[in-house]
Amino acid sequence: MVFLDFEKPLEKLYEQLEKIKQVEEEGAVDMSETIKELEKKITKEKKEIYANLTGWQRVQLSRHPERPYTLYYIEQICKNFIELHGDRYYADDKAIVGGIGQIAGQTCIIMGHQKGVNTKMRQYRNFGMANPEGYRKALRLMKLAERFGYPVVCLIDTPGAYPGIEAEERGQAEAIAKNLFEMAGLKVPIVCYVIGEGASGGALGIGLGDRVFMMENTWYSVISPESCSSILWRSWDHKEEAAEALKLTPDHMLEFGMIEEILKEPLGGANTDPEKMARILKSHIKAQLSELMEIASDDLISGRLERYGKIGEYNFFESLEKVDP
Amino acid sequence: MGWFKRLKDGIQTATKNKKEAPDGLWNKCKSCAEMTTMKELRENFFICPKCDYHSRIGSNDYFEMIFDGKYTELFDNLLAKDMLKFSDLKSYEDRLSVAYKKFGEIDAMKVAEGKVGRKPLVIAAMDFSFIGGSMGSVVGEKIARACDYCIENKIPLMIISKSGGARMMEAAYSLMQMAKTSAKLAALARAGVPYFSFMTDPTTGGVTASYAMLGDINFSEPGALIGFAGPRVIKETIKRDLPEGFQRSEFLLDHGFLDFIVHRSNLKERIDEMLTLFKMEEKVS
Repeated sequence: MVFLDFEKPLEKLYEQLEKIKQVEEEGAVDMSETIKELEKKITKEKKEIYANLTGWQRVQLSRHPERPYTLYYIEQICKNFIELHGDRYYADDKAIVGGIGQIAGQTCIIMGHQKGVNTKMRQYRNFGMANPEGYRKALRLMKLAERFGYPVVCLIDTPGAYPGIEAEERGQAEAIAKNLFEMAGLKVPIVCYVIGEGASGGALGIGLGDRVFMMENTWYSVISPESCSSILWRSWDHKEEAAEALKLTPDHMLEFGMIEEILKEPLGGANTDPEKMARILKSHIKAQLSELMEIASDDLISGRLERYGKIGEYNFFESLEKVDP
Repeated sequence: MGWFKRLKDGIQTATKNKKEAPDGLWNKCKSCAEMTTMKELRENFFICPKCDYHSRIGSNDYFEMIFDGKYTELFDNLLAKDMLKFSDLKSYEDRLSVAYKKFGEIDAMKVAEGKVGRKPLVIAAMDFSFIGGSMGSVVGEKIARACDYCIENKIPLMIISKSGGARMMEAAYSLMQMAKTSAKLAALARAGVPYFSFMTDPTTGGVTASYAMLGDINFSEPGALIGFAGPRVIKETIKRDLPEGFQRSEFLLDHGFLDFIVHRSNLKERIDEMLTLFKMEEKVS
């Protein structure tokens, strides 16, 4: 088990628990009462810790090394899944994966950012940072979905689109822009879930949908707290403050009307019980798709235009003059 | 011991007594340091007569350069709102009030309707001087309204981008403007209204990754920095130097992301030509 800095009190309790369990096994002493006590204590401590997480702590949880990634969820929730590769122009991006599968009997196109599970795989997946071909593969799959009338499910988990020379040469900006443009007019339902990190254009590039949801311990914003700190505070040391200032938690995003709902995670985060999290996600997707599949294409598209068209807050010149003559 | 000694440490001149080089008389070229009178520079479309450097200019300069005489500003009553009460070393509110005073602009974009070669056109032009031309809710809303206006009146739209990207102080709101503007441009495309995207120095970040790259025609000024990630970020990520001319207009043209590059002195003529070719019915008032 990996413990984050603010989870340290739990680490000690778990160590105690392990020891007691060992004693019980070795000595055949009945410790069940003590174990029960301790487990209660752990649950209580957990509830306290996770009830009051700061923005930065949510960011940390979203990056927890044991947190499930896209392919894990796909494996758990899809029947007959076939991964589809390549953008048909240049390459197959390893940081965005996708394919065709069945979720609760409904054939759909499902895709998402993919991070690696160990050092070698993290490199292979480019840390979940896609190049233009990733976005173009995503678009190709969406167009496939559109042609056959299948809904699209997007799982978002990226620290950002990759900032590299080749990415620029092959048009990172154009790839993301094109996806936004095409997703806005796609004739089939699109549901998006932030399952980890939702950083900037790299996340939004597969994140424009009819409905957008976030898991409880995730974040979504225009920039990562670290980069924000480095630009606005001119130092890397203010990430906690930046995380607060950016108001990047699911609660804030719900309040702003940018997401529809927050998916509760198992106590302690999705990493503590990935199977349970996958079940929660599956039943949620199932419910969403069965609702959205009833809506006509034109209504989906106009609904999407309305959903995004109203995002924005501004004052009017006249009203300001009254307040501040 | 030195021969001269400072009696008091530091710079003693108060900011208000600081002698600026007389603004509006002379301009020093940012590229070749050539001195030109402002009058001469203005007559030359703000292009350095020696090295052809296209200096950064504001929305009004473009409006005057492109439109046949008079034009009408649209949606000019929208003002930024600090809905997140964002504060870093400075509060967003302070940044805004400084920007209002210093530049006299209302936000980083102005929209105007006018005629080019007697053909109607709506131009949404960005101002880099206003918080780095950053895109927040006001910029997004102005583009959205410009799209609606162009659909309703069947007038082509041109956006002149000049921006560092999303406005961080509006966090998720600024990110969502990428989705909002792209969705609106998709509606514009469905309505069959042409959209010309003109990129100027610099066009980066969320602006490039949304409306700037979505033109029916994408074109730019020579030598403009255009990209998704800024050069500094890329350099830090890959830890090596960037090739000469990287992310400049000519580089983008070469890699297939621009239709053409146009010299500022030919800009109006080229737009006139495009409007003739993408003919919407000619309205002469």
